[in-house]
Amino acid sequence: MSKRLLILTALLLMFVVAVQADGHCDDEIGCVVLASDDPVTIGVMSALSGPVAFLGEDSVGGVEIALNRRDGTALGREIELITEDSLCSAEGGQTAAQKIASDELILGVVGTSCSGAAASALPVISAAGMLMISPSNTSPALTNADMDAGGLWQPGYYRTAHNDEFQGAMAAEYALNELGAASAATIHDGDPYTDGLQAVMARTFAELGGEVVFQGAVNKGDTDMTAILTEIATNPPDVLYFPIFEPEGNFVAAQSQNIPGLEDTILMGADGLLVAGFPEATGEAAIGMYLSGPYLSSEDYSAFLEEWDAEFGGAPPSGFHAHAHDAANILLDAIEAVAVEQEDGSVVIGRQALRDAVSATEGHAGLTGILTCNETGDCATGEALGMYLITEAEVNEGKWPPDVIWSKAEAMMDDM
Amino acid sequence: MTKKRTVSRNRFFGIPLPAGHTGVDLIISALRIIIVALIVIGAGNTLLEGRFTFEQWLALLFAGLAQGSIYALIALGYTLVYGILRMINFAHGDVFMAGAFTTVFLANSFRQSGFLDSQPLLAILILMGFAALVSMTVAVLLERIAYRPLRNAPRLVPLITAIGASFFIQYTFRGLFGSGFKAYPTVAFLRGTFSVGSINVPIAQLFVFLSAVFLMICLYWLVERTRIGKAMRSVSEDKEVATLMGVNIDLIIVFTFAVGGALAGAAGVINGLFRPQGVNFFMGFFPGIKAFTAAVLGGIGNIPGAMLGGMFLGVIEAIGPNLVLNGLGIPSANQLKDVIAFTMLVLVLIFRPQGILGERLSAEKA
Repeated sequence: MSKRLLILTALLLMFVVAVQADGHCDDEIGCVVLASDDPVTIGVMSALSGPVAFLGEDSVGGVEIALNRRDGTALGREIELITEDSLCSAEGGQTAAQKIASDELILGVVGTSCSGAAASALPVISAAGMLMISPSNTSPALTNADMDAGGLWQPGYYRTAHNDEFQGAMAAEYALNELGAASAATIHDGDPYTDGLQAVMARTFAELGGEVVFQGAVNKGDTDMTAILTEIATNPPDVLYFPIFEPEGNFVAAQSQNIPGLEDTILMGADGLLVAGFPEATGEAAIGMYLSGPYLSSEDYSAFLEEWDAEFGGAPPSGFHAHAHDAANILLDAIEAVAVEQEDGSVVIGRQALRDAVSATEGHAGLTGILTCNETGDCATGEALGMYLITEAEVNEGKWPPDVIWSKAEAMMDDM
Repeated sequence: MTKKRTVSRNRFFGIPLPAGHTGVDLIISALRIIIVALIVIGAGNTLLEGRFTFEQWLALLFAGLAQGSIYALIALGYTLVYGILRMINFAHGDVFMAGAFTTVFLANSFRQSGFLDSQPLLAILILMGFAALVSMTVAVLLERIAYRPLRNAPRLVPLITAIGASFFIQYTFRGLFGSGFKAYPTVAFLRGTFSVGSINVPIAQLFVFLSAVFLMICLYWLVERTRIGKAMRSVSEDKEVATLMGVNIDLIIVFTFAVGGALAGAAGVINGLFRPQGVNFFMGFFPGIKAFTAAVLGGIGNIPGAMLGGMFLGVIEAIGPNLVLNGLGIPSANQLKDVIAFTMLVLVLIFRPQGILGERLSAEKA
């Protein structure tokens, strides 16, 4: 009996030693152990094919520049980037997340591009103990932890993109208080993103005392907007808010010029149209149009654009490259903060510790402003938003980005 | 004996029906009545409400005709290939994209050099020729590489191949020109409006309509009045007999794809001048589907039918939501314009299964 006990004790002891040699993992949801020659592996889930492939290209470029600026290394190791195509759909998000989750070396993911893809990717990523930081999901549901109210948040979700609640409300405030609009009409394209944004705008506009005269929708892929614009023209609003994307947004803006009754209506779009090619493609009709979007004004951002031009040529194809850059940096900073080096040269990173480190991000000076993550993963504060005005210079001379004429942060300063 | 069988078969929920009618007939009749009634009620309500002015209806009509002209030009390519091969070339929308996307760069360089403003008509003709050439090349290669080896395969095989080819063309052009959106330059003389009395028609819409009609007449002449057109019609009737009569089938089929491709390319430029924005690798997908619908609506295989089907679909899409759905009190009516368009397709097909101008297909052809 005592012999048996001895063997058992010895086995137990060996097991404990083995676990300790394997890296002192006392993290409740597991650790990633990097052997001395393993790279630091992070993932990207983006829309790399399909009609919004430009959104994915934009984000991947932002992440790559963030890595270049670190010479492609973290913890003295090479950074390996695993890129998966999450499309802009639930199926795409699921597939990409499963591929990511099957690779145990991946520490965290930058992505997804679309909120719809995030909704199905998040449960998989969360269950795998990983974390994802999205550069461009803006749906309020994703950082809402109240499941009964349609919340989709799960541990491990973060974003550097601004929540629609901020952007839609800002558009309404600006239209009412600064432009003096009394009535508004909105158009969405059936996407939860655009629908959510117009709903927040319309609700805020009505709460502030304005009148919402029309809320309608077009389809993705429509080219002829005459019908809906004519319907709007039967009761012309002061402001027409269409937070949709290219190319439908271009068609709405351009064709509104030919509709009698809409001559005095102010056009307003959102960050989906805050794209370098938009004013030139839309032509004269874009002059005088307002766009809400992330307020990127710093010298750092100009330097980023120069780097982009040198690396990929031209301007970034969409508006979330800086958010992707910041997301990658927050992730890599957190990895560096929680990594524990072992005597044998291996590195242990606790997955819960990594999530805690990202959650604790405070005052991160990114390209998109000062980022502080809250408990459900919203890292953008909504202050880094501004209203852009498109002028002749953007349409005819290729000037980009347009000037910010009003920003939430400055308006709040003035109030104080 | 025969009479007894007829009577016993024609019952609907146990109720005997007059000879020659079946339950299906009754359901279809009911469907006809319901759809027509909904349209009449919706339209009546909207018109009585008087929310839209006469000028607004006219503007919608002209916009619909112009949009329909684009559908029609693409539909011609579908209908030509179907007429000859009994095959639906689902990659045809991407052939349209190929011409439009490639030519956008030439168009913008014409604008920068000032050529587009000094010689607009000549410039547009060159652009259309160039786009036609590009699309024609893509269409001919498509036939040679993807369809010819499968010509004697079961009918579903080339259909699936066409869908694959559609993706292949899209992503090839994405690789070539990127995923961003480009826009055609606007041409000065297309900006104004043409006025007759109190009716104003934007010149761009008139231009699209007239070009489409002109191209259709040329095509009709080609098929009906020339030697090669006669060969095309003979291949369409019966390939084997045509071969026996000394018609080179391969040549005729390549020619058909080339003509369809050239029309799609020209449509790409016409579309660009009318709706300059939104040029990218995905732009052919929806117009392709709509054009296919237009071809079926008009009677697939029939050239004037494709034209009529395209115009009809364009007008219904423009007028339908505001006229019918608004009157029925449906919110966000314009998002449902495809519903209107496809309801009309169903309606036309339950009244005329062969399409507006289609001949009833013989067993051989169908």
